[in-house]
Amino acid sequence: MTATATTATTGTTESPRGLAGLELAPNGHQPGWLAEVKRSGLQWVAEHGFPTLADEDWKYTRVDAILDLPFEACVAGMNNGLSPSAIDELAGDLGGPRLVFVNGYFAPELSSLTTLPEGATVTSLAEVLATDAELLEPFLSLPLSTQHRGQPHAQDHAFIALNAALCEDGAFIQIPPDTTLPAPIHLVFLSEAGASPLVSSPRSVVLAGARSRATIVETHVGSGGVYLKNAVTEVVLDEGAQIEHYKVQDEADTAFHMAALHVRPGRNSSFSAHTLALGAAIARHEVWVRLEAEGAEVTLNGLYLPEGNQHHDNPTLIEHVAPRCTSRQLYKGVLGGHGRGVFNGNIVVGPEALGTVAHQTNKNLLLSDTAEVDTRPRLEILTDDVRCTHGAAVGQLDEEAVFYLRSRGVGHQEARGMLTYAFAGEMLNLIGVEPLRNHVQNKVAKRLRAVHVEVQI
Amino acid sequence: MMLQIENLHASIGGKEILRGVNLEVQAGEVHAIMGPNGSGKSTLAQVLTGREGYEVTGKVLFLGQDLLALSPEERAAAGVFLAFQYPVEIPGVGNLYFVRTALNSLRRQQGLEELDAIDFLSLARERMALVEMDESFMSRSVNEGFSGGEKKRNEIFQMAVLEPKLAILDETDSGLDIDALRVVAQGVNALRSEGRAMLVITHYQRLLDYIVPDFVHVFADGQIVRSGDKDLALELEEHGYADLEPSAASVVGATS
Repeated sequence: MTATATTATTGTTESPRGLAGLELAPNGHQPGWLAEVKRSGLQWVAEHGFPTLADEDWKYTRVDAILDLPFEACVAGMNNGLSPSAIDELAGDLGGPRLVFVNGYFAPELSSLTTLPEGATVTSLAEVLATDAELLEPFLSLPLSTQHRGQPHAQDHAFIALNAALCEDGAFIQIPPDTTLPAPIHLVFLSEAGASPLVSSPRSVVLAGARSRATIVETHVGSGGVYLKNAVTEVVLDEGAQIEHYKVQDEADTAFHMAALHVRPGRNSSFSAHTLALGAAIARHEVWVRLEAEGAEVTLNGLYLPEGNQHHDNPTLIEHVAPRCTSRQLYKGVLGGHGRGVFNGNIVVGPEALGTVAHQTNKNLLLSDTAEVDTRPRLEILTDDVRCTHGAAVGQLDEEAVFYLRSRGVGHQEARGMLTYAFAGEMLNLIGVEPLRNHVQNKVAKRLRAVHVEVQI
Repeated sequence: MMLQIENLHASIGGKEILRGVNLEVQAGEVHAIMGPNGSGKSTLAQVLTGREGYEVTGKVLFLGQDLLALSPEERAAAGVFLAFQYPVEIPGVGNLYFVRTALNSLRRQQGLEELDAIDFLSLARERMALVEMDESFMSRSVNEGFSGGEKKRNEIFQMAVLEPKLAILDETDSGLDIDALRVVAQGVNALRSEGRAMLVITHYQRLLDYIVPDFVHVFADGQIVRSGDKDLALELEEHGYADLEPSAASVVGATS
């Protein structure tokens, strides 16, 4: 259950203490406020412990398997002879600026920073901490969610607090007003295995100036072994900004992936997130959007494809606080083997949020009798003047369609693969970055067309 | 002999639908199978093409091969094709991609080289013309949002590309207006050949004005109850199916 280790024993590798017992590396260079953030992050973990199935937002995701592993925090400089072309292979080459992080630390030798429009910053968080730390204080001091309410929030949990405590690096992107970044910014978070299980804790911050436009792609990959990637990304959009965010979670199958994407859209801004979950043993990618400025639009698209014994959890929380905001969510799951998926979507429309439009759809395709999905679309409306819909569906392949394809000569497995890919393909077609779409289509096609599925008669 | 059906029975959920069908079809022949709704005509088509879910007994030889032992895709590779009464909509699968995948699957099973995209496209264009099909349908998802007539044209287009030895047309005329019927029938007639047989399943005589059969069989209560030439269809048109009863004495031309 919950682990507490406020009075942790002295850390030696012979006495593994689990996730809650991780200690902070001494760092004499950091400003006092940051040291305090880290200390209070650990304290939060010690006081509240890690979530259990009793927590409403973690009802279907058991993290016990992660907690007792003898984790160690990552250190910088763990690039074991990787080359940029190896990164191309793992994460795709999107042609624009690319920042590569190895175990949570910026790896300049693997990165390429092309010329950016004047005033735009795309760099590592550590770089900003070294030169202009105060700029980051509002974004790092606490997880964003706790800043809005004085009390613990549903979205606050030990993994976010742990990220605050352990984070040393990540991406920092700042786009000045009226500026368009011409090419997508590619952030690659690569985990390299160590002698013992490693925790990396990247924290990324995106600040989009008024009427700026940019596309940001996060790719999470790993070379194998057991590790935990505990990532937090915060995006703040000023008035009229337009940000497209893509995330490809393609971790090693033995890894654990915990991630949070927190978004604060400004007035009349527009934000879209596309999430693809392919890898990891247990993965959870939560998206939390707080619509507190009028006229903002947000779109969340997600596709999760657990197979084998994989577990993919997709919680979303959209809070409609301000009037006349629009949110649209479409999540699809394809579940094979003993794979398990969760869609836990929550829309809250507050009393002031007049003229809200909110749509939420979750569709799931089960490929085997042993796959499982829990879908919970939730809608809480505290005002009258709204247009909201939500719905969920779970089904199997249409046997009429399978027979139709087979009667034309297409083999049974191939027919099932075609139909399965078609179901998922709808989400892939929404990817606007062509090289990313191609990269991801190949990966998904390889998986779904080759997937071994139990024949259901 | 292309197709030889002997004492074919099929039931689903304990209900017997086919109750001893006997039929022989030679290469080059067009056989019409007529009968009232619920007589088992469509079940015959489904059983011949390998639809799962039926309990089947009896014997079906296709070019000397035991057809019932084959999977649907193996039957397709052997040369059996079914134009569906209700073609299935498949969102997300492009029509042209689907037909090319099907053709190449057949070619692979037949030990032939696959067609590349360019060769396939020129073949597809040529066959589309047979059913006056607009090219815009090729890039759309299979049958998705197609009208009834467009779906039936798409079936005949697929038949024209896949070039089966035995084509089974299940109620191809249903849901078609007279112009669409003429176009579809024209496509079918263009595909009649010495080496190809057709089983044309229909409720109405109307289709047989356009696709003139060599033989007409009347289906009732899961059996062929009468067989004759094309004039039998006209007779049925006049008198209806009402006074038809299964009776061994009335079976003409069925195998024993």
